[in-house]
Amino acid sequence: MLLDFFENLRRAQLRVTLPEYLTLLDALSKGVGTGSLDNLYTTSRMMLIKDETLYDRFDQVFGAYWEGRELSFNTLFEDIPEEWLDPTQRPALSAEDMAAVEAMGGWDKLMETLAERIKEQDEAHHGGSKWVGTGGTSPFGHSGYNPLGVRIGGNSKHRRATKVWQERKYKDLDNDLELGTRNFKMALRKLRKMAKSEREDKLDLDTTIRQTAHNGGLLDIHMTGERKNAVKVLLLLDVGGSMDWHARITSELFSAAASEFGRLEYYYFHNFIYEGVWKENQRRHTDRVSIDELQRTYSRDHRLILVGDASMSPYEIVAPGGSVEHWNEEPGAVWAQRLLQAFPHCVWLNPEPKVHWGHTQSIGIVQQLMGDRMQPLTVHGIQEAIVQLKKPLVPS
Amino acid sequence: MNNDAASTVPEYIRTDALEQAINAARTLSRPLLIKGEPGTGKTELAIDVARQAGLTLHSWHIKSTTRAQQGLYEYDAVSRLRDSQLGDARVNDISNYIVKGVLWEAFESAEPSVVLIDEIDKADIEFPNDLLQEIDRMSFDVYETKQTIEAIHRPLVIITSNNEKELPDAFLRRCFFHYIEFPDRATMERIVHAHHPNIKQDLLRDALTVFFDLRELPGLKKKPSTSELLDWLKLLVADDLSAQSLGANDLRTVLPKLHGALLKNEQDVHLFERLVFLHRQRTRTQ
Repeated sequence: MLLDFFENLRRAQLRVTLPEYLTLLDALSKGVGTGSLDNLYTTSRMMLIKDETLYDRFDQVFGAYWEGRELSFNTLFEDIPEEWLDPTQRPALSAEDMAAVEAMGGWDKLMETLAERIKEQDEAHHGGSKWVGTGGTSPFGHSGYNPLGVRIGGNSKHRRATKVWQERKYKDLDNDLELGTRNFKMALRKLRKMAKSEREDKLDLDTTIRQTAHNGGLLDIHMTGERKNAVKVLLLLDVGGSMDWHARITSELFSAAASEFGRLEYYYFHNFIYEGVWKENQRRHTDRVSIDELQRTYSRDHRLILVGDASMSPYEIVAPGGSVEHWNEEPGAVWAQRLLQAFPHCVWLNPEPKVHWGHTQSIGIVQQLMGDRMQPLTVHGIQEAIVQLKKPLVPS
Repeated sequence: MNNDAASTVPEYIRTDALEQAINAARTLSRPLLIKGEPGTGKTELAIDVARQAGLTLHSWHIKSTTRAQQGLYEYDAVSRLRDSQLGDARVNDISNYIVKGVLWEAFESAEPSVVLIDEIDKADIEFPNDLLQEIDRMSFDVYETKQTIEAIHRPLVIITSNNEKELPDAFLRRCFFHYIEFPDRATMERIVHAHHPNIKQDLLRDALTVFFDLRELPGLKKKPSTSELLDWLKLLVADDLSAQSLGANDLRTVLPKLHGALLKNEQDVHLFERLVFLHRQRTRTQ
């Protein structure tokens, strides 16, 4: 029966291997981790999960699996009071949320999907990552809009006393969590890695001498990789409205790693790239630096990192005069392409959770413009971004 | 602290999960990888395990220049070259120049032992991979003398990591993993009691309040850890300070006494002072 559990872990993107599973079975047959569910929890976690950032995901799968042994999700669904499902009782929605609902085909369709998903969940033995109500990875339960999801788990009369895995206390350690003060350090470490990723070969004199002695006096040359902190970074940050907080945390993050970079420059823009960017927000209308000037000032090997939610009207990107602040002769897309041509090592970091990207048309357009180089602003996203930054978008 | 107290090692407080992890690692003789915030007592754990079980402890502290081979043995070719120039007779026997490493000694020991590989993340990224076979099979070959060294008793291997580098998957797969969480208040009280059995109740209570409040302070570069709390308490006990002098009820108004033990860099102290200053201004204008 644990095979199901093992498969659920695999399905939740936890890379558990067969030898590890066999070790667990071995342990259980020797009486380690038997006795209580708590024991099984610690033992299986210790043997299967080797990274505390994955504890939270493990907790969810474990909880769901054992919860599922006791009550089926179908009966759970019947427990939901009628009024929760009543469209007239829905909480006040913002325009954005409404758009998201419409994108899924409206309220009725959403409720249908919910019903379907709950059914599917039962069939799938409660694995996977699209839970109703576990927040973030499913449209059900996003920012209070779908309190249904949360209530499905929370108010059930079958609920037992809270177990360790239900406390979700490792949630803050998850690498896919939005960047904040807590996982700031981890992100910083990733950036440092990026700064140090470039190596150059040079003669390793000490090893050469030692190995030559080893060799009885015959010359044995050894090379070593020298670390070079020469990565140059050009950071463009979207400011204004909801982006301010993210812009601040991103610039703090990069400044903290500044000593590791060969050079770090940052500029601001609003919503999208047009003719110019600016250094100081107070003087954004007077002291602009044009894209041409950026191109002239900074060499091609600068890593271009754009940070923005890329959520706007599509016209702001593709149409002339689309900018919300001024009249632009040429559409933003043209300017963006020029920028990417000038700095082919580029990536776009988006603080919006990745699951919502599909709902916003402009994000799709930007993704296309960036050649799919868009990553969420999470530790994991930054890691991916660093990999993408190594290769140029267009051949230089 | 007098000499008597210093010679008795305080008890190491283990959580249930940790206890289980150690048992499982011993029963199945797998290496146990321990991670956790700095100062949560990862190294002390290995020392304690060895002491509790009455086993010898072989520690191997890893530095950035440590190579896996050094844990097994080293062939001192340079000495041999020099000796050959001087016509030393020892030159003919290569085993004279083999220096045993920590793992060799542990494998050789007649009774079961504990091997501590401390701060494995300090070493090169390839380091853990180079030890895979040796830790798996608990044996290795000495090429120079064509010997195979096999463990008489499989030692319990405890590995600590500060998370500075990611460890290779192949290595992780062979280990059991335990993450030491930061202790909650109740556990912390037990830990403090183990170290300072005679501490005054009210001092302890207020000190812990100050400590946990301080950890909550947003923007601290280095959060004070268990080891720092213990240092701080040692100072407080030595100075025989009273609970009132800590100002626990009003952390925002005074810098705690002897804060140097808790806050380890000037930015953090400045941050704290700024908060205190802002708070004073606010209370004055109210």
